[in-house]
Amino acid sequence: MLSLPALTSDITVAVAPGAKLTEAVRRPVEPVGKDFMHHATRTLRNHTWSEFEKIQAEKNVKTVDESNVDPDELLFDTELADETLLAHDARDWKTADLYAAMGLSQLRYKATDNQIIKAHRKQVVKYHPDKQSAAGNSLDQDGFFKIIQKAFETLTDKNKRKQYDSCDFVADVEPPKKGSEYDFFEAWAPVFASEARFSKKTPVPELGTLETDQKTVEQFYGFWHRFDSWRTFEFLDEDVPDDSSNRDHKRYIERKNKAARDKKKTADNARLVKLVERAMNEDPRIKMFKDAEKKEKERKKWEAGAAARAEAEAKAKAEAEAKAKAEADAAAAVSAKADKKKAKEAAKAAKKKNKRSIRNAGKDNDYFGDAADAAAIDEQIALIVDSLDDEQLVEVAEKVKADAASAKAALQEAAKGFVASGKLTASLVAYFA
Amino acid sequence: MSSPILGISFGNTSSSIAYINPKNDVDVIANPDGERAIPSVLSYVGEDEYHGGQALQQLVRNPANTIINFRDFIGKSFADCDTSRCAAGAPAIDIDGKVGFAIKRGDDVEERITVDEVVSRHLNRLKLAAEDYIGQTIAATVLTVPTDFTQAQKDALAASAAKVGLKIVQFVAEPSASLLAHAHSFPLNKSGDANVVVADFGGVRSDAAVIAVRSGIYTVLATTHDYNLGGDALDAELVEYFAKDFEKKNHCNPRKNARSLAKLRTNAITTKKTLSNATTATISVESLCDGFDYHTSINRMRYELTAGKVFSQFAAFVTAAIEKAQLDPLDIDAVLLCGGVSFTPKLAANLEFLLPETVAILGPQHAEATNYPNELACQGAALQGRLVADYDDDELKEAMQPVVLNTMHLQRAIGLLDGAGEFVPVILPETSYPVQKSILVRAAKGDLLVGVYEGESHIEERTLEPEAKDAAAEDDEDSEEWSDDEPEVVREKHYKAAQKLIELGVKGVEKGVEIVFNINKDAVLRVTVRDLKSGAVVQGHL
Repeated sequence: MLSLPALTSDITVAVAPGAKLTEAVRRPVEPVGKDFMHHATRTLRNHTWSEFEKIQAEKNVKTVDESNVDPDELLFDTELADETLLAHDARDWKTADLYAAMGLSQLRYKATDNQIIKAHRKQVVKYHPDKQSAAGNSLDQDGFFKIIQKAFETLTDKNKRKQYDSCDFVADVEPPKKGSEYDFFEAWAPVFASEARFSKKTPVPELGTLETDQKTVEQFYGFWHRFDSWRTFEFLDEDVPDDSSNRDHKRYIERKNKAARDKKKTADNARLVKLVERAMNEDPRIKMFKDAEKKEKERKKWEAGAAARAEAEAKAKAEAEAKAKAEADAAAAVSAKADKKKAKEAAKAAKKKNKRSIRNAGKDNDYFGDAADAAAIDEQIALIVDSLDDEQLVEVAEKVKADAASAKAALQEAAKGFVASGKLTASLVAYFA
Repeated sequence: MSSPILGISFGNTSSSIAYINPKNDVDVIANPDGERAIPSVLSYVGEDEYHGGQALQQLVRNPANTIINFRDFIGKSFADCDTSRCAAGAPAIDIDGKVGFAIKRGDDVEERITVDEVVSRHLNRLKLAAEDYIGQTIAATVLTVPTDFTQAQKDALAASAAKVGLKIVQFVAEPSASLLAHAHSFPLNKSGDANVVVADFGGVRSDAAVIAVRSGIYTVLATTHDYNLGGDALDAELVEYFAKDFEKKNHCNPRKNARSLAKLRTNAITTKKTLSNATTATISVESLCDGFDYHTSINRMRYELTAGKVFSQFAAFVTAAIEKAQLDPLDIDAVLLCGGVSFTPKLAANLEFLLPETVAILGPQHAEATNYPNELACQGAALQGRLVADYDDDELKEAMQPVVLNTMHLQRAIGLLDGAGEFVPVILPETSYPVQKSILVRAAKGDLLVGVYEGESHIEERTLEPEAKDAAAEDDEDSEEWSDDEPEVVREKHYKAAQKLIELGVKGVEKGVEIVFNINKDAVLRVTVRDLKSGAVVQGHL
């Protein structure tokens, strides 16, 4: 065993002055083996040692993934979990960790029947007395092998396994210490998972996460409050003497066992109740739900007082609306009046324009070729214009705008109409009549 | 997966083939006759070609057409070859400056085949045997060659192999291959660092190589070869013994008649092999000479005495190799025996006697060594084949460049001073760098000083009181005359710190420290001390 000398002076790193490695010699190495190929890769790629180790490690992970190892094998212990088991007295096998003896210390109650058979075979191959004697141990050092056999017997019998699992306190997960800081879900999920193994009812609801809804959480705690456990403590019974000589003593032991069993069961139930109670008290979701409930109540209370407030509000609103409406109406009336005036003026302007265009019809159309009668034509047109009512005015003005012939025709038509109706005498409009 | 890369060890006397089977085990392939050590013999009777054990049997009846011991001739000119070793079989002739053989096929048809062609045919037979066994065509192989094979010889081998559709991916030196195979099944020691003598005792020649193993990298420190020492020398001693015995009984000399001699030799070989496993063996030859039968039994002791001279030559051969590497036997951690002769228990016994107790003699009698030392080389080749199968040709070519192969090797150990002030080597001499080594000091506690030193080893000799029991001796095997009264010299290897390099101080260690030594390619030594509990790191570099 290598030991190191004690530090005498206060140094961290001291390189001896002038220290140099002795001159090295260049020699060829043999190009064989895995280590040479590694050396070659390192040299060619210029990897440092640590870089190369990292790359190799990554590669190794991949090869492990690809290799077709029995997945069960990976779950078994590679070496004995508890070395003291080797020296354990086989007669006291009940106090030994049977799962550890089988190499199932990781799986424990989760181990399937198939896994138990496989693990047993593996342990037997390793610890069979014949194998051990080949390794130099004497043949009668078979205590551990006997424990393995007992473990196999216990774990493959459904009833016996239940009894053993009940008393497998190693598999129990302790709840977090009171008052210590921890993540609720991280700390409690394994506790409930381990307790769940004793449930008669399956499936057992899971603890869930912070996001789980209230109903599920309530169901969860409801389940645990009404938890129905098959846990039994027969495994811890005192051995009942097998001889028939003392029946009274036998019965006495049996009674004692039963009493102890019941006591333990009651204690276990009480423990569980306490555990669930504590979890519930510490559950942040329960706190959250309580807070939410409180808020809801406050909201409702506020709502109840709200009716009267709403009425007053509605009244004020109606008043404001009415006022606004009146204002709007007044404004509309003013604007309508202005509009009317404007239209009237526009009509007047149009009439004026029409009259002017008809009056100018003679002049514009070179007096229809009779320039000599220009004065008479203008006079007669003026008469016609004055006689025309509003509608006719628009009509005639429209026609007059087109060309000389239609202007003349329109004027003639209007003149004839007036003559016929007696409004004008024919002589006054001789040119058109 | 495409067809596997075959590992072939091609010897003068026998060849072996191996591959890595789908279960990732090394599988040595037996030929259709069930031989795993396939005799490197070809024999021709008319149109028929015989190979392996069947050809070897022809050596008695048909020696002129039976080609033996041809491996070493490849790629060499006729003048450079010692053709006398083929005397028992087809005589070697000169074909265009190369070694060749004239074979009679049929009554007056003579075929002149060069050694290149013979090697091609031999490799083809091995390839067919492997294909039969695996059920896939084989296209690539890793071939082992002795350390003294020249590039020209390797090229000739590659050409011969290419002729029968075998691509030689890599040539591997025989001792490296053997050591690779050994280390694959029996890791050398905890640190993985060792100096190993790989002694390959074949049929007609012996080779030894002193290999320094440092973190899985092999460096050959020295090689020795003896082209006349081998299993055949043992056979010759046995044949001589039997011939004398026969002559005394029957007044007829079997050595004069080539056929009698061949018969006697064949049976002597069988007897020799039996004696490796049993303490007595019988030899029985019908009509050995002049119609006289020969039947006698011989025990192992008699055989060992008869061949004692040869055995001591074997042992001396190993010590010569150690000397050539300028090492002391105490520097050696193990002697790995390979080749057919290694089966003989006397060989290991002699070496155990000659070398200090610290040297493990890894022969078939050793618990931590293979039972088939003659298969090590081809197993190593197969392992290397499996390894290089993951690399493509360019990568391999790159890896074989001199710039990769030639690396710097430390000449002195680097280590620590322990609590008692003794130097503890961590990186041994002949370690090639870049390298990284780490050691755990679990017992470390409190404030500690990590003194990094360069160390020197020396051999200390002490004379023990006469009554102490003997452990080491310089004498030969005549141990009967050994008297306990002689003062005994105990030799031990010690290190002492020679040069102080770096001192590191760590404080408040609770659960031990890990000390990592790293030398990068520029020879910069970096020592890192890491507290296992707190993870605090102190680093110093040179």
